[in-house]
Amino acid sequence: MLRQVYDIVIVGGGPAGLAAAVSAKRNGIESILVLERDKELGGILNQCIHNGFGLHTFKEELTGPEYAGRFIEQLEDEKIEYKLNTMVMDISDEKVITAMNREDGMFEIEAKAVILAMGCRERARGALNIPGYRPAGIYSAGTAQRLVNMEGYMPGREVVILGSGDIGLIMARRMTLEGAKVKVVAELLPYSGGLKRNIVQCLDDFGIPLKLSHTVVDIDGKERVEGITIAEVDENRKPIPGTEEHYTCDTLLLSCGLIPENEISRSLGVEMSPITSGPLVNECLETNVEGVFACGNVLHVHDLVDFVSEEAKAAGKHAAEYVKNGAKHQPSTAKDIPIVATDGARYTVPRTINPERMDEKHTVRFRVGDVYKNCYVSVYFGDKRVIHRKRPVVAPGEMEEVVLKKEELAAFPDLSQITVKIEEA
Amino acid sequence: MITSPKRDVIIVFLSQEMQGGILLDISSFLERIGEHMYDVIIIGAGVSGAASARELSRYKLNVCVVEKEEDVCCGTSKANSAIAHAGFDAESGSLMAKLNVEGNQMMAELSKELDFPFKQNGSLVVCLHEEEMPNLEKLYERGIENGVKDLRIINRKELVELEPNISDEAVAALYAPTGGIVCPFGMNIAFAENAAQNGVEFKFDTEVSGFEKKEDTWIVKTNQGDFETRYVVNAAGVYADQFHNMVSDKKLHITPRRGDYCLLDRTTEGFVTHTIFQLPSKYGKGVLVTPTVHGNTLVGPTAIDIENREGTNTTQEGIDELISKAGTTVKGLPIRQVITSFAGLRAHEDGHEFYIGEVEGAKGFIDCAGIESPGLTSAPAIGKMVAEIVRDLTNAEEKPDFVGVRKGILDPKTLSNEERAALIKENPAYGNIICRCEMVTEGEIIDAINRPLGAKSLDGVKRRTRAGMGRCQAGFCSPRTIEILARERGVDPSEITKSGGNSKIIVGINKDRI
Amino acid sequence: METRELICIGCPMGCPLKVEMNGEEVSSVSGNTCKRGDDYARKEVTNPTRIVTSSVIVEGGSLAAVSVKTKEDIPKGKIFEIMKALKGVKVQAPVHIGDVIVSNVADTGVDIIATKNIF
Repeated sequence: MLRQVYDIVIVGGGPAGLAAAVSAKRNGIESILVLERDKELGGILNQCIHNGFGLHTFKEELTGPEYAGRFIEQLEDEKIEYKLNTMVMDISDEKVITAMNREDGMFEIEAKAVILAMGCRERARGALNIPGYRPAGIYSAGTAQRLVNMEGYMPGREVVILGSGDIGLIMARRMTLEGAKVKVVAELLPYSGGLKRNIVQCLDDFGIPLKLSHTVVDIDGKERVEGITIAEVDENRKPIPGTEEHYTCDTLLLSCGLIPENEISRSLGVEMSPITSGPLVNECLETNVEGVFACGNVLHVHDLVDFVSEEAKAAGKHAAEYVKNGAKHQPSTAKDIPIVATDGARYTVPRTINPERMDEKHTVRFRVGDVYKNCYVSVYFGDKRVIHRKRPVVAPGEMEEVVLKKEELAAFPDLSQITVKIEEA
Repeated sequence: MITSPKRDVIIVFLSQEMQGGILLDISSFLERIGEHMYDVIIIGAGVSGAASARELSRYKLNVCVVEKEEDVCCGTSKANSAIAHAGFDAESGSLMAKLNVEGNQMMAELSKELDFPFKQNGSLVVCLHEEEMPNLEKLYERGIENGVKDLRIINRKELVELEPNISDEAVAALYAPTGGIVCPFGMNIAFAENAAQNGVEFKFDTEVSGFEKKEDTWIVKTNQGDFETRYVVNAAGVYADQFHNMVSDKKLHITPRRGDYCLLDRTTEGFVTHTIFQLPSKYGKGVLVTPTVHGNTLVGPTAIDIENREGTNTTQEGIDELISKAGTTVKGLPIRQVITSFAGLRAHEDGHEFYIGEVEGAKGFIDCAGIESPGLTSAPAIGKMVAEIVRDLTNAEEKPDFVGVRKGILDPKTLSNEERAALIKENPAYGNIICRCEMVTEGEIIDAINRPLGAKSLDGVKRRTRAGMGRCQAGFCSPRTIEILARERGVDPSEITKSGGNSKIIVGINKDRI
Repeated sequence: METRELICIGCPMGCPLKVEMNGEEVSSVSGNTCKRGDDYARKEVTNPTRIVTSSVIVEGGSLAAVSVKTKEDIPKGKIFEIMKALKGVKVQAPVHIGDVIVSNVADTGVDIIATKNIF
């Protein structure tokens, strides 16, 4: 079997993989290979044809394919190698990658460092325990998005959408524009997980009702969807009898959350967070497996692609340093300090930070578990509160961040824990 | 030559066909003029019908299977516990008990001959209360009487060694090492393919509406026309009573008994290794927790009697019941790993027995009815029994050229990396992963479509290759599988369905209605 | 005096905005907690505009459709007219990001341009 050697192998050629590759190259690594399972680079951005990407990165509003296009261009300019239609089957703990495609067959690559950038997938109907028949006409919003935007096919005419995540909202508008009738968007939670802007421009613009605290309780139709029943839910998210409403339709789109795709990471022995379903990483975005880094939605689901690019850039840089300096890439006599998310903060990335190894400033990203108004985002070094930032509102749909400074940490030489929490006013 | 009152028609057809140059397909030609006579028509391409077809294909008989759905394995056979029961459940002396044990004993060899996934993982009936031990013993005794081999009662200590995640309440269990798990699609499809390989004809989308008794034959009326046959085998699952009752005054009554199931992701592989039943008691019947042959964990079923014979919809109550009961025999069941829930209908006859044999007063009409659990396990024996009944009635001779071996779809995951590399070199389609969750290649999907009785729909591909069976439930692969199906079948992608009929995936093109 | 109610899209706060209109003129905005709310409200009631994105069929390329957008904002009321104008539009590969697919779409003075390279 063919065996090749590269300094850095990047699994995934979506926004994270592209930015990581470019960054690794710009940090002095020549031998880089990107493995992409689809037939083109760009990942999910290729089907996100709406605009609103890139305000942070390029200071202009781009569509998904345009945003991807910019990074693909950088990759080509840097002459970074990539293989398309290539599936990674396995990564050994020696960092030998087994991959497969039509041209090369099964082949192996020895890598000095690996960057995991596989992205995420959508939560399917089965995982939601929606009762009813199992006819055609039930799609995850992303599947419908691919069919409509990339293949030009209509997956349905009359649509009910469950879940008000951004993909669901975006698809409500797309289906409407292409000639379908979107009857309602139902959201289990009492608030939408999507951006306000999408609620206004994708639903309100077209008079599509959004029903919060509602869920699908029955799917009708043996061959193709014929109708959907939704009902209001109580505070325990259980349907309230008597609140059922029936909608005649031929399509149910599901936009009910994203799950990082970490099957390969797990088999590699990467330690995972039960909250994010992504790897636990230090401030270098390195997992517990030395030389294996993670970035993008495989690490934690992001709200904006700009933050994916930023994170991936850091992963590329750290992987490059690892290749150049070996295991001693991060010499430190200090201990890694765990960052604990609590009181409304659900998790943090990174999970630990090393006060010597870290850059002058380090952005810690996290999400909250509920909507909090007029609250404070607080950071404690041990018992001492060091950050206390007022926020008019925080919501689970948007990623939050706090910036830790090296010089501030230096003042706490025996620090054993950093805590990030939400405090009510 | 052909002598028929329909001679005019024949002439017209002949001239039409001959204009095309050649008369290729005699049987379809004869069929069009209604001159075709079958020896046996089997109603239903579920596991009983397909097993019967396969066993009948050993004989010099002209056999046809009519199926109302677009594929084999579309009813009860596709949604069940996928268990090869040891055989201690059925009442001693019943046909059910006999065929269960026989079927179980045939399974291992048959799975090799016909190349379908089967594993003898052993089953455990768990007793949770000391005072129910006499019931466990009764079950043991029934098993012995039924002829179940190697059966024994094990104590808690041994039970915990076999299943570390067993409930802390468990006191003992009936251990049946002969119990097994099987891929229900794999077995059903294997029977059907092998039957087709040996000359059995399959007519899909063909729904039987009634019968007409001729002197020595039956006219089987369907939505695709009438077919004449000497024998009818009624293997119609939840509809078998309806067909039976059309020809007999001794009525059968089948109730569709719905069973809801939850299927957990393959990441749960190893949570249990045996099939775990709860000893039925005054506390209820419980649900089983079992590994599947593919490494998933299956939890179910409920048992809800319904009216609608197509009522395979799950309900909130059903799923809630499953989730609440599933934790009784095992601890820490990772129920959050559920990737799909589904429901199947058991064809429960009031007498809870298999009815297999020529119907009294309806010569040549053979029932294969009331086939509920352990119907899947019994299928090999059911097929054999049906074939023997027909053989004895017809004195049919065995075919010298019968091929009893069938090769399934090659699963590259069973190959070494080197073998796999060689396979891709030979056929690059095996290097192209279509279903990421189950790692199914384009090569396997093409094979599934192009083999005899090949897949026509997404579900057809799924049942044959597992593409779309994984954790994303076809979200990612369905557009790609549609593309492959359309290409291989030479049709437009909009023609491709989920499961035949009106189950279209694509309903138009963008902006076509604006 | 006419009052219009909007939800601000400036941030997740989603302030409920009240806009007092005097004919075509905005006389006051209330309910906002920052300047962005005021700006948004004034624009949204006097001249709401949107970027429209869609995809059109591409022939002879590696993909069946190419994504497109209006090069600039167009009046919100023109969205469906633009979609109608895109009906049946087919282009030949190769297509490059920025290529004009339909010029002056639906008389808006704005072009439809490709947002993806298709070879």
